[in-house]
Amino acid sequence: MNNSQGCENCPVHHKEHLIRMGIAMDRVDYVIALAGNPNTGKSTVFNNLTGLRQHTGNWPGKTVSRAEGGYSYAEKRYKVVDLPGTYSLLSTSTDEDVARNFILFGRPDVTVIVADATRLERNLNLTLQILEITDRAVLCLNLMDEAKRNHIEIDLRNLSKELGIPVIPAAARQKEGMPELIQAIEEVASGKYVCKPHRAKSKSPKLNHAIATLVKKLEEQFPGIPNLNWVALRLLEGDESIIDAIRTGELGTLSPTTFPTLAS
Amino acid sequence: METSNLTNKDNEILSLANNLRWDLGVNFHDTVIESIYEDASRIAQRTVAQEGDPAKHFDLKIDRIVTSRWLGFPIMFLLLALVFWLTVSGANYPSGLLADLFIGKLYPLLKQFAANIGTPAWLSGVLIDGAYLAVAWVVSVMLPPMAIFFPLFTLLEDFGYLPRVAFNMDSLFRKAGAHGKQALTLSMGFGCNAAGVIATRVIDSPRERLIAIITNNFSLCNGRWPTQILIATIFIGGAVPSYLAGIVSAGAVVGIAVLGIGFSLAVSWGLSKSILRGEASAFSLELPPYRPPRIWQTLYTSLIDRTIFVLWRAIVFALPAGILIWVVANVHIHGISIAEHFIDWSNPFAVIFGLNGVILLAYIIAIPANEIVIPTVLMLTVLQTGMSGVGAGAGVMFDTASIQGTEEILRAGGWTLLTGINLMLFSLLHNPCSTTIYTIFKETHSWKWTLVSTFLPIVLGLIVCFFTTQIWLLITS
Repeated sequence: MNNSQGCENCPVHHKEHLIRMGIAMDRVDYVIALAGNPNTGKSTVFNNLTGLRQHTGNWPGKTVSRAEGGYSYAEKRYKVVDLPGTYSLLSTSTDEDVARNFILFGRPDVTVIVADATRLERNLNLTLQILEITDRAVLCLNLMDEAKRNHIEIDLRNLSKELGIPVIPAAARQKEGMPELIQAIEEVASGKYVCKPHRAKSKSPKLNHAIATLVKKLEEQFPGIPNLNWVALRLLEGDESIIDAIRTGELGTLSPTTFPTLAS
Repeated sequence: METSNLTNKDNEILSLANNLRWDLGVNFHDTVIESIYEDASRIAQRTVAQEGDPAKHFDLKIDRIVTSRWLGFPIMFLLLALVFWLTVSGANYPSGLLADLFIGKLYPLLKQFAANIGTPAWLSGVLIDGAYLAVAWVVSVMLPPMAIFFPLFTLLEDFGYLPRVAFNMDSLFRKAGAHGKQALTLSMGFGCNAAGVIATRVIDSPRERLIAIITNNFSLCNGRWPTQILIATIFIGGAVPSYLAGIVSAGAVVGIAVLGIGFSLAVSWGLSKSILRGEASAFSLELPPYRPPRIWQTLYTSLIDRTIFVLWRAIVFALPAGILIWVVANVHIHGISIAEHFIDWSNPFAVIFGLNGVILLAYIIAIPANEIVIPTVLMLTVLQTGMSGVGAGAGVMFDTASIQGTEEILRAGGWTLLTGINLMLFSLLHNPCSTTIYTIFKETHSWKWTLVSTFLPIVLGLIVCFFTTQIWLLITS
């Protein structure tokens, strides 16, 4: 076996199959959501994937509405949705609503969480919240170059084990880690990699019971909605936007086909 | 409406949730979130190792200087002035080259060609004297400054300076009853007001967002920079010794930009004390780390995305405007062109404000794009003064290839230092361009606020020009 063949057999070697489709997305196989804290480089990752030039800039809150683009890889077509950066999914602002609603109701096939490697703990807060509501995610640990500059070392293998999702180190500004990210997205989307997302364990038995009771009721009324556990939890917490969604029947009508007009 | 749609099932769910909530007690929300935060911190502790000192000291050191109470604002103004000075001094030469090529060389060739193939005079007038010259002017005058200004501005943005500007100005905006993030949308407005208006979506409170939308027009957009720079170079730079001209005219442009920020604050304050009454809401703004700017990529994207995009827009609007200018200058009623009718009619009114009929007409023609104000002014001035031997006849929008040539025309049209200053002020304080007006309507869905955003700056502009003129006349007489 010669060297070039070795390269071609390597799963990472698929770069030439990557076709950036820009905004041409008539038929897509998978929908990918890009979520993360503000200013972690989501838009830069988005541009790298889609070949679009969504404006990037070094300040938080730059992406105000969703941007969409697409790419094709290994004969599958992906639609990428760049969400506004948020610190949490607790719905305290419009940005958080847009991001949360899309992850929850837009039912992306994979949620890519872009995290700042130099501020991992704070970024993990959002990561864990996202893992509460979705089963399929990839952590793109961005800004690894800055982490290196700050002498920060991250145990990637352990982190991936703890979170139960692939963890891809990247430096999106230098386009490093992108082939690996595309590969990981493909594996999660196609089901080759089965995520075992970290879930908060310390819920009390009482709370678990309350959630189960509510979920049963919700299932009767809104069949086919994913993450009902999370909807129930938010209801218990008195989340106004979820209560409204139930009151207006919006929760029942939300589906991947009707969603795109909602948050724009 | 909502209650009538409420089915029993929905009600059941909500009341069940209510009951369960009572059972759980008030603290459970905190425990859920707490457990997530605990897990996050535990995972981070297990997986992150910090060896040696973080390099963040460097960021802190810079921040201590650029956001310091005493140095923050002077540094901001100096950086702005530096950017303008580089733009002013760098753009002149390539502008001249482009003008020489498009207008000095290509224009006569085109005219000759049209004459050779027997094109009727009105057609070659509309197409070559109108449309072609308008576009050629826009390209030669706008491309060089934009190709310098945008990359410089994008480098600052990429480096991480913009959030520091917002940080510095936050307390000012709060005192004005507006949202601190308005500093960011204001900065975006320096590029393009329509983009700035869209950027106000980062502001959650509708009241504060409206304030940010209405006042965004006080950020000088790139379509107005060339006007400011040219007029400052001619009239302000011309009024001081030549070795100071560059610095002083850059300073004048900074002065206008800062005045714009001042108006932004003052009008925000006025609005939040009157029709948009309310308290400023608090927000947190994270100061991102400084990142080494990616020079080549910044050059590339700012050239392609911003420069070419804006230039294209200017060309699209300059084409019909060029035709319109030619028509109003060449269609005669009672032996006088439409343009002259309007200028003669509006002159007495305009003079009170230290402007003239030419400027007013130019601003009406240039509503679609601020970029074409200066070419329109020049063309109309030639028409009105009946200068001969300059340009190529009535209604021909031309460039004189050099700033001296522009100056001759304007001075012949009766322009003085005062007219120049007033034009700069009026360029800052007038209606937004039609794209921005349309964007404001799309964002607010309200005719009322669209009209307020359109006419408020005009009224302010006329008031400011009026007082400037009257005070000037008092002092100099």
